[in-house]
Amino acid sequence: MLNKYPLWKYLLVLAVLAIGLFYAAPNLYAPDPALQITGESSAQMIDERTLGRATAALEEAGIDHFGELIDESGRNALVRLRDPEQQLVAQARVQRALGDGFIVALNLAPTTPSWLSDFGGQPMKLGLDLSGGVHFKLEVDVNAAMERRQEYFETAIRRALRDARIRGIVGLDGDLSVVARLRSEEDREAARSLIAENHPELTLERAGSGEDWTITASMTEQMRTEIANYAVSQNLTTLRNRVNELGVSEPLVQRQGQNRIVVELPGIQDTAEAKRILGTVANLEFRLVANLDAPESEKQRFEYRSDERSGSFEWLERDIIITGERVANAQASFDENGRPNVQISLDGEGGTLMSRATRNNVKRRMGVLFIERKFRTRYEMQEDGTEKTVQIPYDERKLLTAPVIQSALGAQFQITGLDSPLEASELALMLRAGALAAPISFVEERTVGPSLGAENIRLGVKSVQFGLALVVLFMILYYRVFGVIAVVALAANLVLLVAFMSLIGATLTLPGIAGIVLTVGMAVDANVLIFSRIREELRDGRTPQMAIHSGYDAALSTILDANITTLIVAVILYAVGTGPVKGFAVTLSVGIVTSMFTAIIGTRALVNLYYGGRKVRTLSIGGV
Amino acid sequence: MKVINFMGQRHLALGMSAVLLLVAIFSLSTRQLSWGLDFTGGTLVEVHYSESADLKLIRQTLDVGGYAGAVVVSFGTDRDVLIRLPQGHADTEGTALVSLLESSSEVGVELRRIEFVGPQVGDELREQGGLAMLMALGMVMLYIGFRFQFKFALGAVAALVHDVIITLGFFSLIGLEFDLTVLAALLAVIGYSLNDTIVVSDRIRENFRKLRKMNSLEVINISLSETLGRTLVTSLTTLLVLACLALLGGAMIKGFAVALLVGVVIGTYSSVYVAASVLLLLRVSKDDLMLPVKEGAEQEDLTP
Repeated sequence: MLNKYPLWKYLLVLAVLAIGLFYAAPNLYAPDPALQITGESSAQMIDERTLGRATAALEEAGIDHFGELIDESGRNALVRLRDPEQQLVAQARVQRALGDGFIVALNLAPTTPSWLSDFGGQPMKLGLDLSGGVHFKLEVDVNAAMERRQEYFETAIRRALRDARIRGIVGLDGDLSVVARLRSEEDREAARSLIAENHPELTLERAGSGEDWTITASMTEQMRTEIANYAVSQNLTTLRNRVNELGVSEPLVQRQGQNRIVVELPGIQDTAEAKRILGTVANLEFRLVANLDAPESEKQRFEYRSDERSGSFEWLERDIIITGERVANAQASFDENGRPNVQISLDGEGGTLMSRATRNNVKRRMGVLFIERKFRTRYEMQEDGTEKTVQIPYDERKLLTAPVIQSALGAQFQITGLDSPLEASELALMLRAGALAAPISFVEERTVGPSLGAENIRLGVKSVQFGLALVVLFMILYYRVFGVIAVVALAANLVLLVAFMSLIGATLTLPGIAGIVLTVGMAVDANVLIFSRIREELRDGRTPQMAIHSGYDAALSTILDANITTLIVAVILYAVGTGPVKGFAVTLSVGIVTSMFTAIIGTRALVNLYYGGRKVRTLSIGGV
Repeated sequence: MKVINFMGQRHLALGMSAVLLLVAIFSLSTRQLSWGLDFTGGTLVEVHYSESADLKLIRQTLDVGGYAGAVVVSFGTDRDVLIRLPQGHADTEGTALVSLLESSSEVGVELRRIEFVGPQVGDELREQGGLAMLMALGMVMLYIGFRFQFKFALGAVAALVHDVIITLGFFSLIGLEFDLTVLAALLAVIGYSLNDTIVVSDRIRENFRKLRKMNSLEVINISLSETLGRTLVTSLTTLLVLACLALLGGAMIKGFAVALLVGVVIGTYSSVYVAASVLLLLRVSKDDLMLPVKEGAEQEDLTP
């Protein structure tokens, strides 16, 4: 028994360790506090002059800055600062110097050297509990969206029956379905085929006898899911737009579960302000384009919203036909000739209003306005001489499109004559974003101040250090040379853990650090198992080389069983848990996998290197 | 190696487990758990004063300011103050409360964190947590049943349930807050205790196959004695780091560390006494673990 690894195994261990060190390295470079400057609309370019104005403002305030840079797209500029304490002051100064057309956001600029970042090296992201910031959880009222759709069906069915001169009563039923009561079976059959033709998406149920014949039309399960998904994704789009307006670097807007949306804003602390902006809903207005001879008092001028048509404008009437609340859906589609269009559905009342307004105005044009709530910043001098920032909200109305009315419109109509499918889908998106989304409410909110975040990091790192030191001390005292080997493996395990977390872009949270600490404690377990086996084999009278060999062999299946069961628990934690629990589960499971590599293959390589291939009388493994 | 007669004391140990379980269940049913904000919903505000904070004054300020029913306690140090508002306050009130404290205090007040949790989230979490726990137990039972034998799965799950109930009982008895991180810790206890139990079971299985002449009690005693060193060393290293986490990790992580400390101690004990005792109760024998002889391997074919 020689206990020698073939060369490739040593090389494999070395290579894994080298890769681990490489990808863990970016975490050693502390990021610079920085300001990120972007234009208010995504297409706006940042030029040298703007950047010059920003740096001038900083110099005037005596704030140290360096490394000013406009990125390749020309839409982002970054100014690095020396002192994190001055970041907030710097932001206020620069925002003031640049004015409302620009968004100045706090940022942490990575200082990863290019020889690392060129190969995908990046530091671990920090969770909000470590970096400070706000976490919101919003709930979308999906039921409200379904009820609105149900009302739409009710009106549509009632009108269809009336138009076909079928007499009956149409009403709502509690279970999200529409019930039509009719006098005779013939009427009911006629109504059934009418509804089935108009709304193939509904499932119809027939019942009745004598004088009372009913049809119950209900939305299919699939349709309900669609409506729910639609309501959530619509809110998601709207929230993304609003978050971008807040000027936060690296925000997170994410769907969670059936009807929840999570918004995470690092660095922000004024939660009231953030909530006000997130809570305001965009809206739409449909108005007729004013006649040329209309008096000034009856019309208003609006500019186009899109960049291609920026500068051009239309005069619209002051009267509003309908607002976005009446829009049930808008979808990009194609007509029978394959040309792109946008299909719009209104609810019952919207349909009535629309047909009344368009009946006598065929061949005129109708404008669609997109309304956004924006904020203007003003600076007020207080009595005590300090300056106060005041945010004044205002509504910005811009024109999306102004198509010609080809015939009297109802609850369903389409906008045609679009240039491309892309334009159609963009228009549909704006219409949906502007339509009143299903109402949302805040169900969870967590704010962590930056000082608490920094303290959490400090305490976390401290407990990892102390815990590690104690384990190292104990292992070396108890297992001697083998203890040293286990400690080297433990250090390698930490490096691999950090490298892996950085590489997959996992977020480090406080429970995540706790997971690392726990991993340190448990990672030595595999080695303890192996070493006690080796001691047993020695006691049974095996030669040292035999003992090493069979010790590793015998412990392997135990280690695998023990780790796989723990991994099962970690995976369930990840699947079921949210927020902090997930962070813990990630570090725990990554730790289990890396520790198996270092504790089994890594230590064996070291043991073989030290004891392998020679005559050994005793093993330095502590009291046998 | 000296064989310790662990199983000789098993009735004593079972008695002790029974007492612990009864105390835990009694406490859980009368005192319940002091659920944290994650589960109850409500608002929590942590602020930091630049000098040691006068809790009385803060309570007064809040009472006058319309926050009757606010619970004010110091958190970690005498400068850090934790304020809890019961459910029913709007989600905007955390910020308002901080500005009230700022304006009424002469020393600097710094916002540490605000947490608002709506009532619907809390209920869901409790459901999810319980579900996670049951799922973990079920999956583990399946895996052990598949890898070892059904009796071992029962033993392991009995040990896990034992650990979880006693740890929960400890939290209820001491009145420590049970929040989301403690739930995570509890699931980690399941993972850890399982680890221990598997190592012991593995050795029992091995010895049943090796030491055919001995009876079940002797085999289990030998297996436990052989793994005792490893069990103690691993528990010790884990306890060392957990103690560091509890003492140095800060107030936000303390509940987590305490839950794990208790869980690891109980888990170590249960893998020796609960899991192995259950095996004896179920009359485990070497017949349960013999590698199955392939059926039909020796038979001759009868084909027309």
